[in-house]
Amino acid sequence: MKSLLIGQMSLKRKGVSHTRPEDLTKSRRRGQLAALSIAAVVIMVGVPLWWRTTETYRAWLPVSQINELANMQLQLSADVEVVFARGTVTPEQQKKVPLTQTQDEEHTVDGDLIFKAVCDPMVTKYEDCKLIHADLSLHTLSESPCGSLVVYVIPESSSLLPEDMDVYIGQRRTALLRIGAQMRVGRTVEQLLAHLEPRIKQVLQVMSFSHTDITAALSDRVRLSPGNKESIADSMRAFKSSPGYEITFSLLNPDPKSHRLHWDIEGAVQTYIQPLLTKLAPVANFSLDSQTLYYAMLGVNPRFDSSSSAYTLNSDSLAHVINPVEARLGSNAASSNPVLNFLLYVPDAHHSPLYIHDNKKQEVPSNAFHSPRWGGIMVYNVNGFYRPEAVLPVDININMAKVMGVFLAQLRLLLGVQSSTAPPGFLMAPCGSTGLADWELDRLMWSRSVENVATATTTITSLAQLLDQIGNIVINDNIAEQVSSAVTSLQLAVAELEAGNLGFALQYSKEAIMASERAFFDPSLLHLLYFPDDQKFAIYIPLFLPMCVPILLSLLKIVSEARQKRREKQAKKD
Amino acid sequence: MKILTFFSLFSTFLSANSINVEENAGQFFSSGHTNNWAVLVCTSRFWFNYRHVANTLSVYRSVKRLGIPDSHIVLMLADDMACNHRNPKPATVFSHKNMELNVYGDDVEVDYRGYEVTVENFLRVLTGRLPPSTPRSKRLLSDDRSNILIYLTGHGGNGFLKFQDSEEISNVELADAFEQMWQKRRYNELLFIIDTCQGASMYERFYSPNLMALASSQVGEDSLSHQPDLAIGVHLMDRYTFYLLEFLEDIHPASKANMKDLFKVCPKSQCVSTPGHRTDLFLRDPGSALITDFFGSVRKVEITMETINLTDLIKEAEQKDNVQQMLEMVTNEMNILKLWFDSNKLSLNLNKTKFMIFGNHTTNIDVKIVIDNKTIERVYESKFLGVVLDHKLCWKPHIKYLCMKMARSIGILSKTR
Repeated sequence: MKSLLIGQMSLKRKGVSHTRPEDLTKSRRRGQLAALSIAAVVIMVGVPLWWRTTETYRAWLPVSQINELANMQLQLSADVEVVFARGTVTPEQQKKVPLTQTQDEEHTVDGDLIFKAVCDPMVTKYEDCKLIHADLSLHTLSESPCGSLVVYVIPESSSLLPEDMDVYIGQRRTALLRIGAQMRVGRTVEQLLAHLEPRIKQVLQVMSFSHTDITAALSDRVRLSPGNKESIADSMRAFKSSPGYEITFSLLNPDPKSHRLHWDIEGAVQTYIQPLLTKLAPVANFSLDSQTLYYAMLGVNPRFDSSSSAYTLNSDSLAHVINPVEARLGSNAASSNPVLNFLLYVPDAHHSPLYIHDNKKQEVPSNAFHSPRWGGIMVYNVNGFYRPEAVLPVDININMAKVMGVFLAQLRLLLGVQSSTAPPGFLMAPCGSTGLADWELDRLMWSRSVENVATATTTITSLAQLLDQIGNIVINDNIAEQVSSAVTSLQLAVAELEAGNLGFALQYSKEAIMASERAFFDPSLLHLLYFPDDQKFAIYIPLFLPMCVPILLSLLKIVSEARQKRREKQAKKD
Repeated sequence: MKILTFFSLFSTFLSANSINVEENAGQFFSSGHTNNWAVLVCTSRFWFNYRHVANTLSVYRSVKRLGIPDSHIVLMLADDMACNHRNPKPATVFSHKNMELNVYGDDVEVDYRGYEVTVENFLRVLTGRLPPSTPRSKRLLSDDRSNILIYLTGHGGNGFLKFQDSEEISNVELADAFEQMWQKRRYNELLFIIDTCQGASMYERFYSPNLMALASSQVGEDSLSHQPDLAIGVHLMDRYTFYLLEFLEDIHPASKANMKDLFKVCPKSQCVSTPGHRTDLFLRDPGSALITDFFGSVRKVEITMETINLTDLIKEAEQKDNVQQMLEMVTNEMNILKLWFDSNKLSLNLNKTKFMIFGNHTTNIDVKIVIDNKTIERVYESKFLGVVLDHKLCWKPHIKYLCMKMARSIGILSKTR
């Protein structure tokens, strides 16, 4: 032990006294090399590695296409065929009428259609019947695809239309237009066309789309200042475009002790509501259910009106009726689709009959009211069905035709099939057995397509903007896929709208909106990674500072030594 | 002639629609909303934060009383005070001293409870980015016509609000969440109320339109609690929400009080802190916004003026065997045929056209078919392809005709004998 210690001490002394200058430079060089190589490794390998591992995964998005979408212009085109009946154009003029498109020549000028054949003395008592026959027979002649119209121009002397009406709009996609009186004597083809064009445009505005419709449908994208009260009311009333809706029919019986109500809801839905929903199948899916609620009261007390010896609800109190009832209506927990509620309220025996009065204290014939974006309520009085001395409870069968007539009208309004008042001189056919005329369906499809395209565009552009702004949201592959498919569908939908293929346009726009919603509302796109800058520093400094300080100091030392050497060399040269 | 109509959008003028329906639209549509939602959040747990749960439940009670149904309220309570072991009166949460008002009634529906109340879930509810398995009651299904009330309470600081004692939400995140809601048009107007210390810092960073915000205290001030209850042993309510509840108890669904009255709730003399509000992002004048626009749910209603007459359809279905109906159909079809003939340059000989009605019942209706102003003759038997058809289909005329033919031949044969 002792010898070792002595040996070490002697070595130490030797070490101190025996360092040569070459050893010093060698060790210094070794130190410099070490510092430089560590710095190199840190910069070349460490920094990129740290960058890559703390990067968030962001799949590629078609940003340029999305920006294009934001600035695109929609173009809608509707095909209109105009057919001239015999007696409207002379044979020489027939040859001169220009055919801008050369398809379907048979249905244009050469086809002389005879309308007088339909004047059937047997049914002269019904004016509309004549027109309906004309309409239906014409429809079978030319089955127009959805989105297009056929306008038949009939001579002024024709007795098909009543005296003061100039235009008749049929159930299918046809319209009859009567030529004005001034077009009878000495007119040229150009004059005739000039006369007809604005009138055909007016028909087109009623049957297909008008400026106000399209601007209302675009309100999501282009927030325009409200035009007038009517357009606000219309835009607030109808439900927004959605891939599915749920319709619930509820029978409210507050007085089961007096009334035992029977309603054949399944049969009624099958007969009256289902045809309409089948016709609307391209627009949305519908799911139906029904329920009966007992002891469900209205939230307001009706007042007794002695003049009509009936109970009345005036329009001001109607607003407070819905809330207490709504708490008791259930809804399907599984889907997030908008719900339309249709309630049939049978007043209790002590408050029968119950009538709804409007602002002017007049009785409302339908005895029903509806709430925008919610549904409708109808009051059905049953006191007339039984005598006061009858044995309670009384069995009552509800007349479903009357009830469904009201609900169907409300359903049309809530879905956006506007029955806007017709311009003067227009005669509309009553809507057929399904409750929806073909051209009304077309109108709905136009506005839905435009609305879907607008909403999908807004969603995609705002998503792109959001992902751009917030740098640390992870964009998974499935989101990028949804966005790409949404962009493709949107472009296709716009192209189809331009070409006038309404069915395809609606389908593509629905696909676009579903893909864009799925991408926007993906649960993974949640940015919880907002760190203020001082917090970021607080995380990284304790990690990197202890490592970087020695490296930096040694690098500085190397630089200063190199500078010193250069100065010495220069001094030596001098 | 085909007309191709071009409709180019983004035009700057609107065509004036001159239909006047002033009386129909009425004053109801001035606020622009059709439904109401409320998101009420209590962010703190532990028994000594009893007052935060009581705050939230008292706002919940007012909102329900004024009409918003449970399906439109998202209630998030971070802790359960009513069933807490330390609660001397279980199943109750009081908001007034001496246990005057129990805000935890029989019909409280809590959507997010306990540890489910996190910053992540709160932001997910606001932005709608919930997993597909989330039930309807836990979602905020608002649309562009919804007015939303958002009430937050808990412990907060300058620029943040503490959730659950372990995480916090910053004012920047909240502002971004509201902007995402605006981008997706998930609200029409939004009222944001916060009752925490330094609450005004939480609405400093808002930048989306149509937001109105109220806070119980300014930056640098603490929001104080109202009064302790000695029997329960904790402070029951915060001052701001206490006076807010008193103000709301006077509001009923038909009330016309507006937001300016709400700004006056709890002045400094009562609250010790200075309540603040922010209305620069709100597009309407706050004086025209009613309290019930946000706290209540007054529905707009319209009278249904039209009905669809479905009784005709029933008659149609029931009269399928009516002769009249049938004749009409035949006339229709014949007209179509005539039109086709004429279009194809063929002519139909109406003189030689006859009609016959097969069937057993004798009809005494005057049956007529008229095509092109010519009455078609009705016959009761007719020869067609060598067979004589009669209207009763008993073949007597055909047999007679055959007999006649054969009789001639037999007669000639008998002569040859």
